[in-house]
Amino acid sequence: MTDGAKLQVILDRLCPMHLILDAKGQIAAAGPTLQKMRPGMAVVGENFLHLFVPKRPRAVTSFAELMTRQTGELHLKFRDPPETAMKGLIVPLGDGGAVVNLSFGIALFDAVRDYDMTGSDFAGTDLAIEMLYLMEAKSAAMEASRQLNIKLQGARIEAEEQAYTDTLTGLRNRRAMDHVLDRLVDAGGPFALMHLDLDRFKAINDTLGHPAGDFVLRRVARIMLEETRKTDTVARVGGDEFVIILDRLVDRNRLDRMARRLIARIQAPIMVKGQAPRVSASIGTVISGQPAGSALQVLSQADMALYAAKRAGRARHMFYHPDMSVSAEPRQGSSAPGG
Amino acid sequence: MHGLINRAVQTFVCNTYGPDRWRRASEAAGFGTADFEAMLDYDDTRSLAMLDAVCAEIGRPQEDLLEDLGTHLVSHPQFEAVRRLLRFGGVTYVDFLNSLDDLPGRARLAVAELDLPQLELQEHMPGLYTLTCMPGLPGFGSVMMGLLRAIADDYGALVMLDHRGRLDGCEAISIALVDTAFAEGRRFELGSAE
Repeated sequence: MTDGAKLQVILDRLCPMHLILDAKGQIAAAGPTLQKMRPGMAVVGENFLHLFVPKRPRAVTSFAELMTRQTGELHLKFRDPPETAMKGLIVPLGDGGAVVNLSFGIALFDAVRDYDMTGSDFAGTDLAIEMLYLMEAKSAAMEASRQLNIKLQGARIEAEEQAYTDTLTGLRNRRAMDHVLDRLVDAGGPFALMHLDLDRFKAINDTLGHPAGDFVLRRVARIMLEETRKTDTVARVGGDEFVIILDRLVDRNRLDRMARRLIARIQAPIMVKGQAPRVSASIGTVISGQPAGSALQVLSQADMALYAAKRAGRARHMFYHPDMSVSAEPRQGSSAPGG
Repeated sequence: MHGLINRAVQTFVCNTYGPDRWRRASEAAGFGTADFEAMLDYDDTRSLAMLDAVCAEIGRPQEDLLEDLGTHLVSHPQFEAVRRLLRFGGVTYVDFLNSLDDLPGRARLAVAELDLPQLELQEHMPGLYTLTCMPGLPGFGSVMMGLLRAIADDYGALVMLDHRGRLDGCEAISIALVDTAFAEGRRFELGSAE
């Protein structure tokens, strides 16, 4: 066996994707895996630079030019489809020829599919199989994690929908308020409901920013909790709208005193970011009738009283009166005017 | 115990015996929710209590049930990913057997928290092996019995297996490889279909 033949036998096992080039750049021998990639075509005898297009170094036109490169690192692809990209190393042989060893690098996944590769097409030391395994294993694990994330996201939205707390102020939220109101209406009362709306709140958000607005909302929330009883329900039902439900408290004088005290304390001067924004509140109160109207009626009557308080010049408290139903302009939803 | 293990038991029981029986077992064990999440960790006591409850509900010994689980993991289409990952172990059944020493490492590569017991394959003579499952996951040897049998079919090999019992938490399985090319087996391509 000649030295060349011996070398080829060794290389076939160690580097099944090798090529031996002669001094003219013709392929003198090809590893079995490279030959497998071009079925029905004799790789041996082909010109290296006809079979492949060099990508790095680029613009190499002759074999002699390729051999002048120092590092011998190659990035190339087949000239004909499938134009599989490969990387490799070219090492000169003493006779002017060279040995090229190629591997798929990142193109491995496509190459395995395109050429129906099996484990025996790779060198025993090649990590190709481990890489394929890892890709499949990680994809499966990622998919399981993704499913869990979707589920958790769903659970979070559901939990938020079921929550009873307004996260900004710690007060009850609209949902909780609806729940309490429905219960009291069903039980037939008696109770009172105050609808409180901050005056000129939007201006604070606009001129001093949202953190200042949030500060004001928290402060108002604290005042309302301090001025009401533990058994009362204090809820933030909109941006700057609050509802207080007062179970079994239907005394007009007490309610009026409570409302005025709330307004007075909310109006007290405060400093935010070096400025003293003017905050005040208007309140409309409805006392449940005998029998109590529907929850929607109660809320709409409180709303009308609030609207009347705003129209009367803000920072006021008004009780609902049946006349308001006639004089009030038609309104959408429960958002208070002015703001 | 890792959620993947718990989830595998759940999927196997639901596929084989129906979700109602899984739910009933869960209720009998006193658990609020019957579902295991694949990517969460669970307390071992819960996993083992659930397994006991399932065995009671189905009325089969634990070893039998776990052996069927092992078969299910390789042969059921829903676990195709597991079959494929196992087949990466080697081109032939003998290659596969020799790759079992690496199985816990391969599992950790896929999911870092997935802790499987160490496996040791001993070759007594060509075609005659003993697989030792180290302690850590009670019943893992039974699962391996079913898995080894099913993957032999997958490779087209004919084997005789014998669970040699438990000693100090270790489980030993003797494997006699009768024929490496008994049947055609199932195809395995390195590039997945997707």
